[in-house]
This record gives sequence, C-alpha cells and structure tokens, in this order.
Amino acid sequence: MKLNWFKYAAPATFYPLAGKLIPWFALAAAGLTVAGLYLSFFVAPTDFQQGESYRIIFIHVPAAWMSMFIYIVMAGWAAAGLIFNTRLSSMMASALAPTGALFTFIALWTGALWGKPTWGAWWVWDARLTSELILLFLYMGFMALHAAIDDPRRADRASAVLALVGVVNVPIIYFSVKWWNTLHQGASVSMTMAPKMAATMLLGMLVMALACWMYSIAAALARVRCIILEREQQAEWIANLGEPA
Amino acid sequence: MMQTLRYVVFRDLLLAMRRRADVATTLFFFVIVASLFPLGVGPDPKLLRVMAPGILWVGALLASMLSLGRLFAEDYADGSLEQLVLAPEPLTLVVIGKVVAHWLVSGLPLVLISPVIALQFDLPREAMVTLLLALLLGTPLLSLIGAIGAALTVGVRGGGVLISLLVLPLYVPVLIFGAGAVDASAMGMEAGGHLSILGALLLLGMVLAPWATAAALRISLE
Repeated sequence: MKLNWFKYAAPATFYPLAGKLIPWFALAAAGLTVAGLYLSFFVAPTDFQQGESYRIIFIHVPAAWMSMFIYIVMAGWAAAGLIFNTRLSSMMASALAPTGALFTFIALWTGALWGKPTWGAWWVWDARLTSELILLFLYMGFMALHAAIDDPRRADRASAVLALVGVVNVPIIYFSVKWWNTLHQGASVSMTMAPKMAATMLLGMLVMALACWMYSIAAALARVRCIILEREQQAEWIANLGEPA
Repeated sequence: MMQTLRYVVFRDLLLAMRRRADVATTLFFFVIVASLFPLGVGPDPKLLRVMAPGILWVGALLASMLSLGRLFAEDYADGSLEQLVLAPEPLTLVVIGKVVAHWLVSGLPLVLISPVIALQFDLPREAMVTLLLALLLGTPLLSLIGAIGAALTVGVRGGGVLISLLVLPLYVPVLIFGAGAVDASAMGMEAGGHLSILGALLLLGMVLAPWATAAALRISLE
C-alpha cells in the first residue's frame, strides 16, 4: 500500500480532518484534566517539607514542559514550511505560537505563586526562571514579527527564519543563564524537588502533562482552522462549505 | 571574492563618512546611557564599581541595536539593496561586508571609548583591559546577530521597535559572558574562560549569522 503523505498537506483536505479530530482531543484533554486534578488534589500525599503549596507543580511542571516542547514543534513546522513551501505547515506554526506563549506564561505565573510561600519571594533570578522568561520573549518576537508583515506568505517565511534562529539559540541561552546564575549565586535556593517523589505525585504530574498536551493539540487545530478560513477565503471549497449549522 | 567584500565594506564606510553625525549619535547615546546610571542609583563609588560591567555592556547592547536600522533600511529605500541581492556574487558575502562595515562604524568606536567611561566608574586597570578585549570580541557578535533582525524587518512597518523585540533576547548570552568577564577580572579572577566562550560564540555567529541574514533578506525582498 502506498501512503500519500501529502494528502492532508492541502488546507482543503486538512480542514475537515481537523474538525473531526478536535472533539476527540478536547474530550481527552477534559478527561485527563479531571483525572489529573483528582490525583493531584486527593490522592497525592502532602509534602512533608512544603505542605500543600507544592501541589501547584501539577500544573507548573507540565506547563513548563509544554512551553519548551511547543517551541521546538513550532520551529519544526516553520522549517517544514520553509523547506517544502507548504502553506499548511506555516499555518500550524503560527497556530502553535499563542498556545506556547500561554504555557510559558502559566509556568512563570505558577512559579511565582509557588515561590512566594516556599522561598518568600515572587521572583528569583534563577537560571530556569530567567531562561523561561527569555523563551516568552522569543514567542512574543515570533508573533510580533508575523503580525507586522502584511503579506501572510512573507510573514510565514520571515518568522520561520526567526524561529529557527531561536532554536539554535535556546540551548546557548539556557546554558549561559545557568552559568551566570551559578557564578553570581544570589539567594541560595535550590529549584530541585525533594530527591524522592512519591509515585502518585509523579503519576499526577504525568497525567496533567498529557492533559496539557491534548489541550495544546485541540487548541492548535481549532486555531489552524480559523487561520485556514481567514487565508483561503477566496478558495472555492470554502464557498462550498455552506453556512455553519 | 575578496574584491566584492572590500567593495561592500568601502561603500558602506564611505556612506557612513558622508553622514558622520549618525556615527556620532550612536557613540553619544552610549556615553549618555552610561552617565545616566550614576544619576539614577546614586554616586556611591563602591556600588558603581560593582555595576560598571553590566552598565557598560547594556549600554553597548542598546547602542549597537539602535544603529541596526541603518544596516539595510537605507539601501532598501533607494533600491540598491535589490541590486546587491541580484548581483552574481554570493549574498552571504555582501552580508559579511555590510556587517564588517557596521561594526567598524558602530562597534569599534564603542570599544575605543569604553576605557574612558570605565574610568568614570572607577574600574581597576586589569578589568579595563578585560573590558576592551570582551567588547572587541562581543561587539562584532552583536552586529552579526543584529543583522538577522535587521534583515527580517526590512520594509516592515514599525521595524525600529520590532527589531528590539527580536534581537535583544538573542543578545543575552553575549551580555552574560561579556559582563561576566569584566566582573571576574574586577574581582581579581581569571577572565580567560569567559573570553574563550565569547570567542567561540563569535566563531559560531560568523558561520551561521550571515547565512541566516541572507535568507532573511531574500524573503524580505521577494
């Protein structure tokens, strides 16, 4: 059997497919969130050092994972758009950016909420916090550049170059910030969690991470459908879609 | 090939010479930013000595970024950028030439004036030598990274503000190792490690940045 890899590369065929997939991913996200919240609030034990406040890691850690992962996926789509000159890949990249920025923001915000009772400060110039903040700036730059260029195809390709430059830079930024932090050694707080994590804690975190993942896919697909409608409004197949029920 | 490079560098230098005020503006911006800090945080020499590396480097970052607008915008406005892109010579070579000229015009003057400002902040002599070396390695890197941002924003409305959003996060490693080197030698430690990393980053930038800049220019001009 010969697979046609490019069948769904056309917005006209991808649009209905995305529409069919969204409810499934949204359902999975909702179910996993309920399960994850149950695990994290009722099953996972109270931490003997940090008390109840540690429970914010159940959203904090998955959000931080997603923020970095989505940037890489976004850059991957952007690169695919640049290499194969496919419109849909670039649309996926710009659909992922707001979700990635959202998770970066959540990671920073929940980190601040956790830091206040634990370290006594909303913000510490820790290596991870700082590089997460810079990641947020990179997302903002990507979206701002895309928004500033009127021609969508040119905007796609320019922001793709920026995303790729960012991907090369992210590890450099991470390690430089890390080194900067160890050199300055401000407040002597350690970000590392208690060495041994209870299995239920880990499970809760993993379930929440999966929930965030499913949510990201659903949100990105919904957004890419809007982008397709916006950009392809001249196309015949969109006229044939008819009025939404 | 060398001829093309020389031609591009000379052309940009000549253009800069015709508008000497622009060059001076960047330099004075650097001096003014550095002089504002003592007014803001107070004249305590001990505090200023600690803050000097950071202040000088942030000033250099901002000054270098402000002059990026000139890198491609004027050539784009009068159409010569299109001719340069159409030329049979590789575009990366043209980009390298323009970056070299940009550094000579906006980076090198900063390096040369920085010891004077370092004196104002009472930096020790060894730290001043390190500052010179670090700026010498770091400012070309700023021009290289900045060129990518400048090429991406050619002909984009609001390009001047946008470029800061694109370029400043990418400047972070240069700031860290540049200021780190000066910090280290001000505290009497070896600054070689920081300088080596700056040098390594410069080499990496020299290989990758002109290539990305050329790709960005092609996209901007299509």
